[in-house]
Amino acid sequence: MAQNSAVLICGEQEEGKITAITKELLGVGKMLAEGLDGNLSALIIGSDIRESGEEAILYGADNVYLADDPLLSEYNPDSYTAAITQACQQIGPSVVLLGHTTMGRDVAGRVAFRLGCFPFMNCINVDMDPDSKTLVQTRSVYGGNAIAEMVSKDSRPQLATIKPRAMTPLEPDSSRKGEVENIKVTIDDSVIRTKLVSTTKEEVEGIKIEDAEVIIAGGGGIGDAEGFQLLQDFAKILGGAVGTTTVPYDEGWVPTTSMVIGDSGKTVKPDLYIAVGIRGASQHIAGCSESKLIVAINKDSDAGMFKVSDLGVIADYRKVLPPLIEECKALLGG
Amino acid sequence: MNIVVCVKQVLDPEMPTEKFRLKDNQVIPPEGIPLVMNPYDAQAVEAALRVKEKHGGKITAITVGTDESKEVVRRALAMGADEGIVLYDDAFAGSDSLATAYILAQAIQKIDAFDLVLCGREAADWSMGTVGPVLAERLNLPHISLAKDIELLDDNLLKIERTIPDGHQVFEVSLPAVLTVSNEIGLPRLPTGMGIVSAVRKEIPVWSNQDINADVSLIGASAEGSNLLNLSIPERGRKCEIIGGEAPEEVAGNLAAKLRAAGVI
Repeated sequence: MAQNSAVLICGEQEEGKITAITKELLGVGKMLAEGLDGNLSALIIGSDIRESGEEAILYGADNVYLADDPLLSEYNPDSYTAAITQACQQIGPSVVLLGHTTMGRDVAGRVAFRLGCFPFMNCINVDMDPDSKTLVQTRSVYGGNAIAEMVSKDSRPQLATIKPRAMTPLEPDSSRKGEVENIKVTIDDSVIRTKLVSTTKEEVEGIKIEDAEVIIAGGGGIGDAEGFQLLQDFAKILGGAVGTTTVPYDEGWVPTTSMVIGDSGKTVKPDLYIAVGIRGASQHIAGCSESKLIVAINKDSDAGMFKVSDLGVIADYRKVLPPLIEECKALLGG
Repeated sequence: MNIVVCVKQVLDPEMPTEKFRLKDNQVIPPEGIPLVMNPYDAQAVEAALRVKEKHGGKITAITVGTDESKEVVRRALAMGADEGIVLYDDAFAGSDSLATAYILAQAIQKIDAFDLVLCGREAADWSMGTVGPVLAERLNLPHISLAKDIELLDDNLLKIERTIPDGHQVFEVSLPAVLTVSNEIGLPRLPTGMGIVSAVRKEIPVWSNQDINADVSLIGASAEGSNLLNLSIPERGRKCEIIGGEAPEEVAGNLAAKLRAAGVI
């Protein structure tokens, strides 16, 4: 372990490919490691995952540790908590980063507890203070009403989970070289008290919200499931995706929370964000405020959404969307 | 099935944004707006009630707070919980999420024969979401986050459906266990009139550190694991140009032209 690992990112892979959040962690991890004059290491867990280790090098890792074991082929909160804890103990980094993903949410608090450090969850930014060499974690708190900058007191490592899509990955560079080695972790059967029975992915029709350059989002003002059909039609014309606030899910107008944008859902940064019937709670705005152009359509001129938008239409969406769809069709030569 | 639900009192997340004020890195509690049960914790209470309806048992709501925190426990009782406990001691004041998990663990071990501990996915104020998982570590119990459906397979095995981005997973978990509850379970029920009446009559015991024997070096403000450097209100305001026009068709045409000029469509 003579790698001087200042920063360790706990990467994730799916079928041998590193995930988007892993690339984002590598990007920010590289910057932090440079701030500490040390190396960026990546830990990847699974079975038969050497290829993902090589890929992590291209995206910025100086070296990669593989916890490569048939017993770890499938994600399990208990075995992955044990594996990450042991790897951190062996590698001894100053900073540990995980994605605020299913895995990060499951294991970060437990790993931190076992390492005796303090976990900072769902950070929207992390930065290395050049003087004190401590990690400054930035988090959205009070439902997006406030931004907190926090540091660990004296416990180490400094451990944080990073909100997906908050960071920008580096461009893959095939000239980058680094060692990919196995790390030995011991998983005792007695620690496994949960069993994953099945994983079901819901196929989303059309473009994914996190990849969309145009998002049409609906809130409580949409009123019913049919209203969302109108948003779908609009999104289709613009080659975009439909998003929501939490209200339409709670009301049963949309089938899943996978479309929810905000503090409790996804963060998006499309070129065009059209908020339809959205009141504009901080909780929601925290997830879309970095969109390039924001348009609010609402019949209530007092809606807070107008205050964070570039363009506004004060009207009932049911009256204005049909002609807007026609106008866009005409402009796009449809 | 004996269930413990951990609840917390928070600033009302639904309050108007302009009422949210800061001073010296602290939130100034707005006047006239009462604290509420953390909405995610209300969903944990809801999940507990659904399990109880199916399998019977007893629900105990527990909170770390002050004497005023009886209100949040009373809310859980009004929703249908059977018992409530407030953990209040000067030594607890200023506890962070790790210390809170420790205090809860000490208390829960005093509650006899619990099978399941439920927490909300996170608190609507500091949004850490670590109390549930760290509580599981403290109690040396298994933990699953974001549970949506909880089903008892036999006396000591649970089937949990939990939400993941773009789908769901099914787990089997041995009891006792700790779960955080997903916001996908939907809106929690409101207290009934009868529930409110019976909750008012119920005695809510307050346990101090004498009752739970927490190591004082691990709790309170002096044990805090983090320093808050800065707390600020984000500047997200933009200058909004309202699109004019008489008929909806005219407004739509003007907006489409603007979007085209901006190069976004």
